[in-house]
Amino acid sequence: MSALTLKNVFKTFGTTEVLRDISIEVEKGEFVVFVGPSGCGKSTLLRVIAGLEDASAGEVYIDGNLVNSVPPSKRGIAMVFQSYALYPHLNVANNMSLALKQEGVSKAEIAERVQEASRMLQLDDYLKRYPSELSGGQRQRVAIGRAVVRQPKLFLLDEPLSNLDAALRVSTRLEIANLHKQLDATMIYVTHDQTEAMTLADKIVVLRDGRVEQVGSPMELYNKPANKFVAGFLGSPAMNFLPASLLEAGDTRTIGIRPEDLYLADDGPLAATVQHVEHLGGDTNVIAFVGEHQVTVRLFGQHDIRPRQELKLGFDAQKRHYFNE
Amino acid sequence: MNKARTNPVSAAAMHGALILYTLIALFPVFVILINSFKTRKAIFREPLSLPSSDSFSMIGYETVMKQGDFFLYFQNSMIVTVASLFFILLFGSMAAFALSEYRFKGNLVMGLYLALGIMIPIRIGTVAILEMMVATGLVNTLWSLILVYTAQGLPLAVFILSEFMRQVSDDLKDAGRVDGLSEYTIFARIVVPLVRPAMATVAVFNMIPIWNDLWFPLILAPAEETKTLTLGSQVFIGQFVTDWNAVLSALSMAILPVLILYVIFSRQLIRGITSGAVK
Repeated sequence: MSALTLKNVFKTFGTTEVLRDISIEVEKGEFVVFVGPSGCGKSTLLRVIAGLEDASAGEVYIDGNLVNSVPPSKRGIAMVFQSYALYPHLNVANNMSLALKQEGVSKAEIAERVQEASRMLQLDDYLKRYPSELSGGQRQRVAIGRAVVRQPKLFLLDEPLSNLDAALRVSTRLEIANLHKQLDATMIYVTHDQTEAMTLADKIVVLRDGRVEQVGSPMELYNKPANKFVAGFLGSPAMNFLPASLLEAGDTRTIGIRPEDLYLADDGPLAATVQHVEHLGGDTNVIAFVGEHQVTVRLFGQHDIRPRQELKLGFDAQKRHYFNE
Repeated sequence: MNKARTNPVSAAAMHGALILYTLIALFPVFVILINSFKTRKAIFREPLSLPSSDSFSMIGYETVMKQGDFFLYFQNSMIVTVASLFFILLFGSMAAFALSEYRFKGNLVMGLYLALGIMIPIRIGTVAILEMMVATGLVNTLWSLILVYTAQGLPLAVFILSEFMRQVSDDLKDAGRVDGLSEYTIFARIVVPLVRPAMATVAVFNMIPIWNDLWFPLILAPAEETKTLTLGSQVFIGQFVTDWNAVLSALSMAILPVLILYVIFSRQLIRGITSGAVK
């Protein structure tokens, strides 16, 4: 039985369609990431799953039960909000235990679960503090702790890292991945950041304009993108797109090549002029122009390439992608 | 803004203006207080001088204590003010929560309707109110005053509180919903504590006019046992003779409870004003 099933879910606000015909299966213990540009409906979808918004049409099943008309607190979910949404007038321990008190869990068990969560998230020293006395990273951990203590069937995380600075984001990302393994929980994670999606997910759902563009494991999506949008959205630096007519006259398709699949080759088919070079130490990113089309070449190691230099680029035939767009 | 603050000349000018305003505002209160401790002759001979050993007299306070049931008036005023504030804050915040939180048909129209009372003074309806109170048998009860003052205070309360409640983060309310709090609990345990400064502001704005009102007590509850302090003090003001000692003493004592209530609310109030302005 799957942890979450969405069947033909639609959501409209007035006349605007925010979600169109979304059908997704999430297996138990999976880490699923909804990713897409802002305004694609991924947060709305999460809110529909949580029960904070009603689906305009379609069915939502959690753990095999139809939950369309079940209130959020009875759905067996816990949610982590982008703004943390900690109760400002309650200390950390009370923030975490409020939902359990509402459920009528016994005091001893509440204490045990809070202790367990705080140990897992290194919050032991802060249990008596109020949210205003915590740093951003600590608040985020409290927000996650508040979800963990409920032992939900489904964790919903709405861009939990977007308010953290870059360094903290990387370490918290790792913590969330570890937490997922420790708890063996089903998690649904919303983000607009493809790196978070690629690093965390067992399964990625790419959304655009309220539609599912593609569902699959990170590597499936990376290696076999269903369309140009998915291809361009996942991977950093982004995939290069060139008209196929550059290689074969009369071909109307678009050809996509990942930056790391391009290499320097004296007999390569693409002639490029270097515009800018990013030396990252381990990698060198060369931004160049093939005719009027900008391409990025990602070279391993350090290379002495200068702007305005002429290069010949080659690629393996099986590494190219064709798109009819 | 920072420059103006550090500049000593403008700082002095600013403080000067504020001190001047404070003096002007406090002067009548000061005159009332000092004269309430003087003999009748001294009040008229030198109204601005402090009570001396010659002119000092408690006669005003003695008159007030003897004549009329001053403590009953006091109690009536207190009951009316506190009960009205309680209902204004209770119903005002509940209406504000509904208006700010729920999308329903006619939300905007309902908000405008509730705010209409800000523009129309309730005294225009005095005759109708009196007729209603007579019909319901509430004349000469404290309830008549409490009901009228609650109605009078609600529009502004709903207006101010709904603005503040809109600023409370939606995520916070949703977190409450996911955690299994009922809408009432979300209102009482999350939203109300966060808009407490705004509620204190509303309380102070309503408290003073209610405490000082003469109009409705005179019309709706003039009976001896329901007289408020302001109305009770009127017995000392006659058409031909006014017992100034008693009037001034009564007024001095009437200041006290408002002062105490104000101090209770004021800490919240300051935060309320700045949180609205700086945001």
